[in-house]
Amino acid sequence: MIDLLGTIVVKAGSAVPTLSAALALARPHDTVVVEAGRYAEPPIEVTRPVVILGRGRPVFVGRGDHTVIRVTADSVTIAGIAVERVLPSNVAEPSAIRLDSVAHCRVADVEVRDSFFGIYGSAVESCLIENNRVVGPGRSEQESGNAIHLWSSRDVTVRGNVVERYRDGIYLEFVTGSRLEGNRSRDNRRFGLHFMFSDDCLYQENQFSRNGAGVAVMYSKQVRMVANRFEHNRGQAAYGLLLKDITDSRLEKNVFDANTIALYFEAANRVEAVENHFSSNGWAIRMLANSEANVVTGNAFVGNGFDVSTNSRSNASRFDGNFWDRYRGYDLDRDGFGDAPFRPVRLFSLVVEQNEPSLILLRSAFVDLLDAAERVLPILTPETLVDRRPLLAMPGRSR
Amino acid sequence: MRGATRRIIATHATNVGRSRWLLVYTGLLALAAVLLVWLGGSAARALVSLINVVLLLVPLMAVVFGTLYVYNAREFTELLLTQPVERDAAYFGLVGGLAVPLVVAFLVGVGVPLGFAAFSDLTILPGIVALLGVGTLLVLVFTAFAVALAVRVEDRAWGLGAALLVWLVCTVIYDGLILLLLATVRDRPLEIPVLVMTMLNPIDVARIQLLLTFDIAALLGYTGTVYERVFSGLLGRSLAVVVLLVCAMVPLLVGRFWFRRKDF
Amino acid sequence: MSIEVKRLRKRFGRMEVLRGVDLAFATGRTTAIVGPNAAGKTTLIKAILGLVRPDQGSEVWIDGTRVTGESGYRERIGYMPQAARFPPHLTGREVLSVLCRLRGAKDPNLELVDLLGLEPHLDKRVGALSGGSRQKLNAVVATMFRPAVLVLDEPTAGLDPRASAIFKDHLAKATGAGATVLLTSHIVSELEDLAEDLVFLVEGQVRFHGPVDDLKAQAGEAKLERVLARLLEPSP
Repeated sequence: MIDLLGTIVVKAGSAVPTLSAALALARPHDTVVVEAGRYAEPPIEVTRPVVILGRGRPVFVGRGDHTVIRVTADSVTIAGIAVERVLPSNVAEPSAIRLDSVAHCRVADVEVRDSFFGIYGSAVESCLIENNRVVGPGRSEQESGNAIHLWSSRDVTVRGNVVERYRDGIYLEFVTGSRLEGNRSRDNRRFGLHFMFSDDCLYQENQFSRNGAGVAVMYSKQVRMVANRFEHNRGQAAYGLLLKDITDSRLEKNVFDANTIALYFEAANRVEAVENHFSSNGWAIRMLANSEANVVTGNAFVGNGFDVSTNSRSNASRFDGNFWDRYRGYDLDRDGFGDAPFRPVRLFSLVVEQNEPSLILLRSAFVDLLDAAERVLPILTPETLVDRRPLLAMPGRSR
Repeated sequence: MRGATRRIIATHATNVGRSRWLLVYTGLLALAAVLLVWLGGSAARALVSLINVVLLLVPLMAVVFGTLYVYNAREFTELLLTQPVERDAAYFGLVGGLAVPLVVAFLVGVGVPLGFAAFSDLTILPGIVALLGVGTLLVLVFTAFAVALAVRVEDRAWGLGAALLVWLVCTVIYDGLILLLLATVRDRPLEIPVLVMTMLNPIDVARIQLLLTFDIAALLGYTGTVYERVFSGLLGRSLAVVVLLVCAMVPLLVGRFWFRRKDF
Repeated sequence: MSIEVKRLRKRFGRMEVLRGVDLAFATGRTTAIVGPNAAGKTTLIKAILGLVRPDQGSEVWIDGTRVTGESGYRERIGYMPQAARFPPHLTGREVLSVLCRLRGAKDPNLELVDLLGLEPHLDKRVGALSGGSRQKLNAVVATMFRPAVLVLDEPTAGLDPRASAIFKDHLAKATGAGATVLLTSHIVSELEDLAEDLVFLVEGQVRFHGPVDDLKAQAGEAKLERVLARLLEPSP
């Protein structure tokens, strides 16, 4: 049953027909290989540091009312299996795989299907969650959990996962010093990525598309978001990226395409947005007046309904050296910057603010005339919200 | 269509087609399209920039060219009416003979450069179709307005003025009134009245169709959803086409009524 | 072809241009319609052509049939306006061919084209033609379908003397063949040459209608010019 290398093979009809049976036999650092097949077992508890490997992707089917595999030991690896059937619950948060107060665990290449929560980590440290595919049944927001859920953890890497059709694709709360890389999160009911109270994290090269409300980043500091794509997040309250109570963070080289509101600042301070690309969004940047000392520079704004909108005449952030496709100035001194400043807030965006139905007049000649008049003689739009060095060529692109 | 009408359309169309102004107009449209595609960086952006050409310039051209042509063709129309030709044939011949070259000029001027651009970027094809379709319908609407007014008003300065006024109302003033209404009546939901109002103005109908093709994300947020539900989709598209056709039919038939009773 | 108008009235706004005109033009006769400016001559002609819609109660009869808005009777009418403006970007030949097709005419009479020397100009755009050439084209258009009725509004005003003479000869031939001609003109010699009958209109009413000779006899003058001068004197 256990060979000399410490490998236990689980196979239906054999002496070790279930994973639970294998785990009962296993010594620390043994490897359990699970052969293809469907395994319906009572809740599986992994209490020793073992490696669990599926061969031919065995499927663990839950009864519905419990977490299928729960890990409470450090240094556990789970890979190459599939888990399904965990039903919604109001009292607990049953999941396909749950990591509880562990370190150095790895969950990789796991397929989760039809499960209330997908991969759930609570108080974990230095763990790796990679290349999993977590696809929900697409229930309503109340009946959906989160695909990857981390609570009170640190130093976790979430990499290359595909998360779809959950409430939130990736949910982080009180998570610090972690990295999210190359994940694809789409068609989730609420947020593609939702994180709160999570400082010092890096989000890189992820793709968030068609999520009900886009991505929300709240109550966090020192967040770095680099080269992510936020696209097709549309709807009444849909944001490519919502920043709320975020400080000292940096957004770099992200692409925002075809979102209702691409980037939303609410009480966000000292955030630098550099070299991002905003195209075909309803609103590219919406910055509320309670956001201060942010810097928006080197970005490109192309084909958006509104480039920048705000809710006040005051402005305490800096817009400088961006490319605006609406800019019609010249560069006579040939320094690469337009000679006349550009005011990205259109009068019409204030009108829409006060009076939503007037949105139907977008692109009307009358509205263009209003905007032109306001640009010549700003009365209502924020006086200090002005780009004094608008770029004449789109950054990262030669003319 | 009766043979006489067809012949008169062909006659006017040939005459208009050989006019230098039409050639200049086609050339300018093409130049604008080429420059926008070339300088704008991408064909998709050029399409967005061409919205104003389609919503403002093309109707303006139809109105100005249409009215002036009707006045210039007055003696020839008289001559036709002393032939065994029904008034309806002379009238529809005039409208058709104007509309056909104006539509062709528009389709060639804007469509050909964009068609070439579409070779390298197939995704812009729906946008091109929307732009050309809406533009063509607007040419028909404003040609009909122009002819009707030029038939009714004897003095050419007044007639041109009236046609320009129609254009100005449709493009600018009407939207100003909608905004005024929205600004004054604030305590009641106005989506539906505004929706109905926009349905009565061909430029608004056209604009919203283009909006839904190019700025869909902006509209989907906020109130946009209501409008989106009504105007987009096959039903909304068809409704827009029907409204635009009605907008062309009304001046066309009113013009026919005036033409039938006109003393030359 | 006979033409009859009964109780012909036409009002433009507050101006009453024709106030009950009753006239009958006999087949084969040439009648000049004469009168001071704004007497209603052009309106009368346009009413007969159907360009102007007469007021209620007016009747126009052509060859014993009442005209009520249909266009068929114009098959047999040729009209020569004072100055025709054809679509400027068509050639003369194209204009003629369009009109032929509209009429379904297979064998138009293009004698005048040769007589007036128009042939070399037929392939030029009408807009490029001189006023005289355009008027020649106008004369061709009026006569090419061998009309039974010819309505001419100041026909020779834009023609040079030679073309004018040729046209008059052509006209004489047509009347010889039985055509009814109505014409207006300010050129007395032309009236003297052409008119057999004369209608004198003043302020929308017929003051005289009858053979020119009768009028001369009544007035005791041998020259039409004198007669017309007397008629045009303000009435006492």
